[in-house]
Amino acid sequence: MSIFKDTGHLFRFAALFVVGVTSILVVRAIVIPRSFGQYGHYRGAALKEIAKLPIKYAGHQACEVCHTDIVATKNAGKHAGVNCEACHGPLAKHADDPSIVPAKLDTATLCVKCHAASAAKPKGFPQVKADEHSGGLPCETCHQPHSPAIAAGGAK
Amino acid sequence: MNLSRRYFMILVPAAAIAWDSVLAGTPEDSPNYTMTDHWWGMLIDIPKCIGCGNCVRACEAENDVPEGFFRTWVERYHVTDENMQNPEVISPDGGKHGFPPVEEDAGKYFFVPKMCNHCSDSPCTQVCPVGATFVSPDGVVLVDQSYCLGCAYCVQACPYGCRYINPQKHSAEKCTLCYHRITKGLTTACCENCPTGARQLADLKNPNDPIHAFLKTHSVQVLKPQMATGAKAYYNELDGSVR
Repeated sequence: MSIFKDTGHLFRFAALFVVGVTSILVVRAIVIPRSFGQYGHYRGAALKEIAKLPIKYAGHQACEVCHTDIVATKNAGKHAGVNCEACHGPLAKHADDPSIVPAKLDTATLCVKCHAASAAKPKGFPQVKADEHSGGLPCETCHQPHSPAIAAGGAK
Repeated sequence: MNLSRRYFMILVPAAAIAWDSVLAGTPEDSPNYTMTDHWWGMLIDIPKCIGCGNCVRACEAENDVPEGFFRTWVERYHVTDENMQNPEVISPDGGKHGFPPVEEDAGKYFFVPKMCNHCSDSPCTQVCPVGATFVSPDGVVLVDQSYCLGCAYCVQACPYGCRYINPQKHSAEKCTLCYHRITKGLTTACCENCPTGARQLADLKNPNDPIHAFLKTHSVQVLKPQMATGAKAYYNELDGSVR
């Protein structure tokens, strides 16, 4: 049994190995984020963090709670499919605190963002050459923005 | 307690392994939103797009997108008989302020809104060396901002060019499909603000979502299908010249 004579060396080596492995596992437990691997090879808590970001656009459902008269007008007209904030801009702050009143819109510059004539646009989409059509007058002189068709009684 | 050296040697590593799962804790419950009930995508109806740029402006406002970078943008294609293979494509400032008007209708014009395709087999998440970007259990490709190193491998890997490195934060950013909105029951900022309904958020796991009827009755394609990315941005009436 002469080959097992100096087994003490092996045990000391093995002890060193165990200490090494243990320290690696301890460092791993400290360094790796708690939720890493919860759903996959990433930090599961990141999903919650991203979902918690603040919203800027309240969504038309929030507008419709209070502005029922305008929603009724809009839904009867050509702009039924256009959501409030598409023209009025991000208004989550106004939805949270109605005392924050948004600025009035300028129809002379707003409407042409969609309705300026261009041969590149789909043919069925209503388009005008603003200077020829209104001579620079704001669109709301004739059209009611929430129900713009004049024939449908939308004229002012 | 008489703990022999042998048992101590076994117990210490075992405790270290167990400690890992002790610290991880139990996953938090989400009361209003169950991730496994959803599989998000987007429907983009090209004949409806008028190139107004409302989606680009809305995305910028909602997500604090830095100037000169885009999480969504709109391209205008001009295909004529002479350049069927290489059409003229413009996207001035991402189409944020619309497009220059066209007087004469020579050839074919159409607008193509672009964004992250939220691929189910996404090349961008596969290359991340640290696990900072991933496909969420509800099918949204996201970036963990606090974990991202900013190495930009994912920016190079995306076949659709949908990622950028934020110049201030030095980490990768991209369309989150407004994850902070859709998990609250709202639609994305771009869909909310599209005046013609050219963009529609789609939940492919919801059997009542209109996407299912639409896919059955329309000619719908994805971008670069040959790359087998499992893209979930579905384009209605996509022209063959679109790259």
